[in-house]
Amino acid sequence: MCDTCGCSGDGGAVLRKPGVKGYHVHVGDEGGHHHHHEHSHDHHHGEVRKVQMEQDVLLQNNLLAERNRGWFEARRVLALNFLSSPGSGKTSILEKTIPALLEQCPVTVIEGDQQTTNDADRIDALGVPVIQVNTGTGCHLDAQMVQRAVKELDPPERSLVCIENVGNLVCPALFDLGEAAKVVVISVTEGEDKPLKYPTMFHEADLCLLNKTDLLPHVDFDPAKCREYAMQVNHHLEWIELSARTGEGFDEWIAWLNSKIAAL
Amino acid sequence: MHEMSIALSVIEVVVDKAREEGGGRVTGIELVVGKLAGVQVESLRFCFDAATRDTLADGAELLIEESEGRGRCEACGERFAVTNFFARCPACGQFRVTVESGQELAVRSFTIE
Repeated sequence: MCDTCGCSGDGGAVLRKPGVKGYHVHVGDEGGHHHHHEHSHDHHHGEVRKVQMEQDVLLQNNLLAERNRGWFEARRVLALNFLSSPGSGKTSILEKTIPALLEQCPVTVIEGDQQTTNDADRIDALGVPVIQVNTGTGCHLDAQMVQRAVKELDPPERSLVCIENVGNLVCPALFDLGEAAKVVVISVTEGEDKPLKYPTMFHEADLCLLNKTDLLPHVDFDPAKCREYAMQVNHHLEWIELSARTGEGFDEWIAWLNSKIAAL
Repeated sequence: MHEMSIALSVIEVVVDKAREEGGGRVTGIELVVGKLAGVQVESLRFCFDAATRDTLADGAELLIEESEGRGRCEACGERFAVTNFFARCPACGQFRVTVESGQELAVRSFTIE
């Protein structure tokens, strides 16, 4: 049951805004596919027949994602999907990135977490529009949640939309949101074999940010080895090493973003 | 556990089609799940019963064909079977492999009464 309005939105995603008490939108409330229509066909019960389908299971999500992608492209909005395991520093990277970009380009953020508006509160403190999607028990964002959040955010033309996915290196890999690129973040406090352990995510990603490089002197982590593993999984993967704490490597990352923004 | 949302998507797709086909009971569902699709077949089976409950597909039998992965080496053009994304080309030893199949996740057919 929804803790705000008491409706029975069991398991469904909810949008929230930092500082706006009581604001919440249940994703999927508009309905659309939960229709039940009456019909008067004859049922030949007992007679079993086969119906051929050959339909992609994620077709519905993929179609919605393509709609999102078309919307972003028409508005010349760069949408990036940030993915990582919990605690790799996605939000910290955004906190450092957004102020560096704001002069050239408006930024809005969609935050995905199972519960709380903690991450959205951190982005809100930067003064940029943010929507928190609470997925409840869900382990990933999907195209419908993003579509609904984008409607609420209404990002301006020629802007950047950062979508911070639920911290999870497995499930979000399968769900296209309509983003222009997937940015996977790993940190040097994790194992350097993460790309081999979670190959689907690294295979789907366009850019990998190796975060927390300021901790390299204190941990047994070989960035070259990690990069080599990542390239074995996806030889098209771009690679940038940085530290959200010290700002090391951010010149390269901001330049990467600016080149994408310039191409909008 | 994205397998639960995948199981729910399967049921949604099948039940919508079953309604078009007259709304009879769905007795079996046949899926193709590639070995590189990022879906754990055992988890999917586990979620399937819960996802079908109180739908037209309640009690339906689940058949899963796990399709093999095939890759092509971008360096030398060799085509070969792959079981993961970090496959080494058996001909030239490089890791520049493009996966051509094995990521399928589709409803092939279902049976309806």
